[in-house]
Amino acid sequence: MSTEFPQTFPQTFQQKIHSTLADANLQLAIYTATGRLKDKRTENVASDVLPDYQELRSHANAIKKHTIENLDFYLEEFERNVEAHGGKVVYCKDGSDVADFVLGLAKEKGSRLIVKSKSMTTEEVDLNERVEHHGLEAVETDLGEYILQLAHEKPYHIVAPALHKTRYDVAEIFTRELRIPEETQPEKQTLIARGVLREKFLAADIGISGANFLVSDSGAVVIVENEGNARLTTSAPKIHIAVAGIEKVIPRAQDLATFLKLLARSATGQLLSVYTSFLSGPRRPGEVDGPDEFYVVLLDNGRTKLLPDRSKRQSLYCIRCGACLNTCPVYRKIGGHSFPWVYSGPIGAIITPQFMGVSHEPELPFASSLCGACGEVCPVKIDIPKILLELRSDVKKTETREKQNRLEKLGFKIFAWMMTHPRMFEFAGRMAAAMAPAHDGKWIRSVPAPMSIGPVKAWLSQRDLPASPAKSFREMWRQR
Amino acid sequence: MARENILHKVRTALGRSAGAPPGEAPPPVRLRIPEVEMESRIATMLMRIEALAGKTARTCDPLSYVAEAIAGKTAVASNAFYLEQIGVTGLPGVRSGITDRAELRSICATADVGITSADYVLADTGTLVMIASPQEARLISLLPPAHIAVVPKERILTGLDELFTAVPRPAEITSSMVLITGPSRTADIEQILVRGVHGPGLITVVVVG
Repeated sequence: MSTEFPQTFPQTFQQKIHSTLADANLQLAIYTATGRLKDKRTENVASDVLPDYQELRSHANAIKKHTIENLDFYLEEFERNVEAHGGKVVYCKDGSDVADFVLGLAKEKGSRLIVKSKSMTTEEVDLNERVEHHGLEAVETDLGEYILQLAHEKPYHIVAPALHKTRYDVAEIFTRELRIPEETQPEKQTLIARGVLREKFLAADIGISGANFLVSDSGAVVIVENEGNARLTTSAPKIHIAVAGIEKVIPRAQDLATFLKLLARSATGQLLSVYTSFLSGPRRPGEVDGPDEFYVVLLDNGRTKLLPDRSKRQSLYCIRCGACLNTCPVYRKIGGHSFPWVYSGPIGAIITPQFMGVSHEPELPFASSLCGACGEVCPVKIDIPKILLELRSDVKKTETREKQNRLEKLGFKIFAWMMTHPRMFEFAGRMAAAMAPAHDGKWIRSVPAPMSIGPVKAWLSQRDLPASPAKSFREMWRQR
Repeated sequence: MARENILHKVRTALGRSAGAPPGEAPPPVRLRIPEVEMESRIATMLMRIEALAGKTARTCDPLSYVAEAIAGKTAVASNAFYLEQIGVTGLPGVRSGITDRAELRSICATADVGITSADYVLADTGTLVMIASPQEARLISLLPPAHIAVVPKERILTGLDELFTAVPRPAEITSSMVLITGPSRTADIEQILVRGVHGPGLITVVVVG
C-alpha cells in the first residue's frame, strides 16, 4: 500500500483519463467492443470447445521461456535459414535504423510508394512519419489503420485499432481526406477503402509487414490477419520487408500448432484468423508470383533491456493478442489513448516503462487495480500483476523526490500509531467525520482546503472514500 | 554493426557465450492427431466453412458444379494438375496456364472468380491450406472477389496438428504456405462484420468424392 501513496499522475495522463471518462459515447464504444471480444474469447477457450487450453498455455509459455533464454542462438539460426532461402536479415537498434534501411532500399530501387500491413512494431518506431518525412508515401492498408492514418491518430487497441471511431467519424474522415460524398454505411465505407487501397497494392514497389512469429528452423515469418491486406502487402509488390521485434522468434514450425490455436482465440475469439501466412524467402524458381526480394528487420528498440531480469523478461513472451486489454477494468474505462505509448492496457503498462525506462513512464505500473484478470487470460501466461508490482518497486527505488518520501514515512508512522491506540483511533474517526463531509452523503471526494495538500490531495485525486457513518461501531456497541 | 551490438547485448544479459547451443533442448513439440473417420471429417469441415458464411458443395461431378458457378463470368484458374485433370481449366471463360507474373496479376485484377485446388483442408477449423508452387500462384485466391477451391476428399486432415505432422517444415517445399479460413473480413468500423474487404468476400469449397 505505502508504495502507492505519493504517486501523482502527470497532468496529461490524468487529463486524458478524465476526458475519456466524461465522453459517454466513447465509454460505450470501448465497453461494447472490448466486451464483445472478451465474450468471444471466453466462448472459444471454454473447456468443452478446447479441452486442452490450459495445457496449451503452459506449453506456449515453456516454448517462449526456452527461446528467450537462448535468444541469441535462435536469432542466429533464424538468420542462417532466412539467408538459405535467399532472404536477408537486417538488425536495427532503433527506429532511425529501420527508417535508414527502408529509405536506403527505396532509393536504390527508385521506389516512392510503400504499402503497409498492420504492425505494432512499425507503429512503435513511427516508421510512416519517418519515411514520409523523406518524401516517400507509406499507406496503411488494414482498414482500421487506414482510417487512423487519414485521421493522423495512433491505434486505440492492439487488435482493434479504430474501435473508438464511429461510422460517422469515418464518414467525416473519408469525405475530408478522400474528397468523396458522405457515406455512413460501414459496408460501403469498406468498399471505398478496398477500391482506393487496391490501386495502391498494384502500384507499390515495396510492401512492409509486421510478423506474429519468426520461425527459427525455417527462416520464416508468420503473419496472422483477417482482411487479406497482409497477403497483398507480402505478395503483390516486388519487395517484401517484414519488421519484427527480436522477441518474436520461436524454435520450430511445428510450434505453430500450439501458438496458432491460442492467438486467434485470445485476440478475436476466432478458431483461426482468416489468413495465416507462412513466408520463407522470395519466390522460388517456377513460382508464378510473390516478391523477388525478402528482408526481415530484427528490431531491438529497448527489448534487450528486459533480458537481464529473470522475472521481468517474461514481458517479452507477449504475442500481442490484446486479451489483457479486453478484460482489464482499467483499460475498459480509460481506453487506449490515455496511455502514453502505442502499447496500451496491462501489457502496455508493463512494457512501456521497461522499454523507455521506469523514470520516463513512472505512472504506468500504478494504473492498475491489480485484480489479476490480465494474468488469467494471457495465452502465454505472463504474470502481468507480478511484473506490475516489481515495476512499482523499481519506480520507488528510482524516485528522486526524497522530501515526499520522508513525508510519506512520517505520515504512515502517525497512521500506525493511531491504529494501535484505540482512543486515538476513535478520536481521529470523529474528527474525520466532522471535517470531511461527504459530497452526496455517500462518498468523500475531497477534503477542506487546509488538509487538501500535497500527498493527501494527490491520493484523493485518484480515489473516493466512503463517508463516515453518523455513529461509529464503538458508539453503537456502548449504547447497546 | 547493429547485429554484433544487439547479439552482444543479448548474450551479456543472458550470460551466454557466442555460438553456444541452448543449455537444454526446447520443450518437445505438441502434436496430437485425433482419429476421425473421413465422413465425420467432411461433415465437420462443411459445417465450419458454412458457419463462416462460406459456401460448400460435395460432389462427384465437380466440372458441372464449377461450370454452373462461373457461368457468364470471367475466371482465372491455377495451374494445379488436379484442375486440369477434372477439366475445369477447359471451361469457357476460364484463363489458365499463366506463368508470367505481370500477366497473372492483370488477369487476376479483373477476373470475377479465382479457381484453385488446395493442398490440404483442415476439418476442425474449415481451413484451406495453399502451398505456393508453379501449380498454385498466390494471387488467384486473393485478388478476384470470389474464390472457388476444388479439393479431393483425401486431402482433408483433422487440423493443425496433422498439418504440421504432414508438413513439418513448410519452408523446405515453398516460399509461401497460406491457411485460409473463410472469406476475407473486417470488423474495424463499429465492430460490424463486413466481408470481402481486401480478399475474396465469397469462398466456395467443393469437396470431390
